[in-house]
Amino acid sequence: MSGAARPPARTGGRDALVAAGLLLALWQGLHLYAGDAALASPAAALGALRQLAGTAAFWGHCAATAQAFAAALALSAAIGLALGLWLGLRRFAGEVAEPLLAGLYAIPKITLYPVILLVFGLGLGAKVAFGVIHGFVPIALFTLGAVKSLDPVLLRTARALRLSRAQTVRFVLAPAALPEIVAGLRVGFSLTLLGVLIGEMFASQAGLGFLIVNGTALHNVRLTTAVILTVVVLAVGANAALLWLDRRYVRRG
Amino acid sequence: MRPEARPRVGPGTREAPGPRGTAGARDAPGPRESHAVLSAVTRVYPGARPVAALGPVDLDLRAGEFFAVVGPSGCGKSTLLDLLAGLSRPTAGTILFEGRPVDGAVPEGLGIVFQEDASFPWLTVRDNIAFGLRRAGTDPAETARRVDYALGFMGLADFAAAYPAQLSGGMRQRVCIARTLVTRPRLILLDEPFGALDQQTRLLMGDELLRLWRETGATVLLITHALDEAAMLSDRVGVMSSRPGRFIDLVETGWPRERDSRLVAEAGFGTVTARLWARLRDESLKAIGGPGATA
Repeated sequence: MSGAARPPARTGGRDALVAAGLLLALWQGLHLYAGDAALASPAAALGALRQLAGTAAFWGHCAATAQAFAAALALSAAIGLALGLWLGLRRFAGEVAEPLLAGLYAIPKITLYPVILLVFGLGLGAKVAFGVIHGFVPIALFTLGAVKSLDPVLLRTARALRLSRAQTVRFVLAPAALPEIVAGLRVGFSLTLLGVLIGEMFASQAGLGFLIVNGTALHNVRLTTAVILTVVVLAVGANAALLWLDRRYVRRG
Repeated sequence: MRPEARPRVGPGTREAPGPRGTAGARDAPGPRESHAVLSAVTRVYPGARPVAALGPVDLDLRAGEFFAVVGPSGCGKSTLLDLLAGLSRPTAGTILFEGRPVDGAVPEGLGIVFQEDASFPWLTVRDNIAFGLRRAGTDPAETARRVDYALGFMGLADFAAAYPAQLSGGMRQRVCIARTLVTRPRLILLDEPFGALDQQTRLLMGDELLRLWRETGATVLLITHALDEAAMLSDRVGVMSSRPGRFIDLVETGWPRERDSRLVAEAGFGTVTARLWARLRDESLKAIGGPGATA
């Protein structure tokens, strides 16, 4: 019989540094190839970002994006988790709904842009709605899959231990499905952010997405690149934090 | 030979630390009395073409005995366990556990160990074992006492803080047995618990199971496809026919209560195993549609 497994060597930090260095090298190479008119260099983008950070308007745009993203993520998670759990627990409904949801998600969401604008108007509502239609489906599909693929012997064990239905959901079903649900939330996080930024690009007067479109329209390449860098750093940082939480608290053993 | 008369752990020892006294609950029947009774039990799976999976089956499980069920693949052994456990309802017939009907819910005093790894991967070994007690609202100090005893009894003390993924298959199955054991069941149902283990580990786990059975005084019903396992572990072995399974023989092994895997070297062991196989061979051929099957 084997003893406790040896924990794997931790090389994550070094790998991340190597990956960041490679991306910077790629960025610099692309800048040298395309020139200043298309892409600012990493050094120029950082300089522009430093200037931006000194303006109140930039933080106002950041706050607008953060507000829309927080609302969209909360709605995506609530709708996705509820829908996924409900469909997963009702096997027949899940079997019918899963291909429907996947098919619905394959529709290019940008084609819904005029409808979203007409329904929610220009501003926060449209941005949030755009974020939600991008984010809730993957969360629902991951949750549905997690519940459907639950090992039946765990549910039989719950019955053998005379657990009530509520206890089974809380103490067996939820923790068993949690790793996949968290994976779904990570995907949903990225796609909700994408949706919010697209919404800001097309249907807003504030936010980082708006700044990118504005910079492009004014052909201010340094501004555009600096804002894109901000978005990338925020998204990668948040995803790394979620991944750390997942490994630290969800995936044990 | 008859099994030796065995001392039963009574209510007076129930509060002692650990599993000793598990079977000594106030409602538990005395030795040689009926503990669970199946009368004319059948199970038919409905559908366009209903499948008769089991029965009719009659079985009188005596208090404190170690009873094994063997039979061809698909004969309904696990269905029998599910019905007795209250995990499914019989199509016809009655099932009594300690005199009360089993009606589709697992009764208090009954513990089940499944063939599959049923340990909870998100909990440590200690938390896995304590799981049932905590959900039942058992006093934390009492829970800790029982879990500590079970950890020691099952040889898991050094792995209390480990997660199931860090353990071998045999150790994970011990965790599942310990989780059942600490709830102090008076009837333990085991559905091929060693099915996924290698032969040496099976023999050693068999020894541990016998030790557990003697310590707790519980009644044990073991479903197995391994004739040697059934012959070594049991007081009585029920041989089932091919589907729909019925008992075609009940073999009394006559082993003393103090026994272990060294029993396999005794002459009588071969006799018991040969008798089991003699009854089972035709049924197994029927189950696989073999040419040598006799009607």
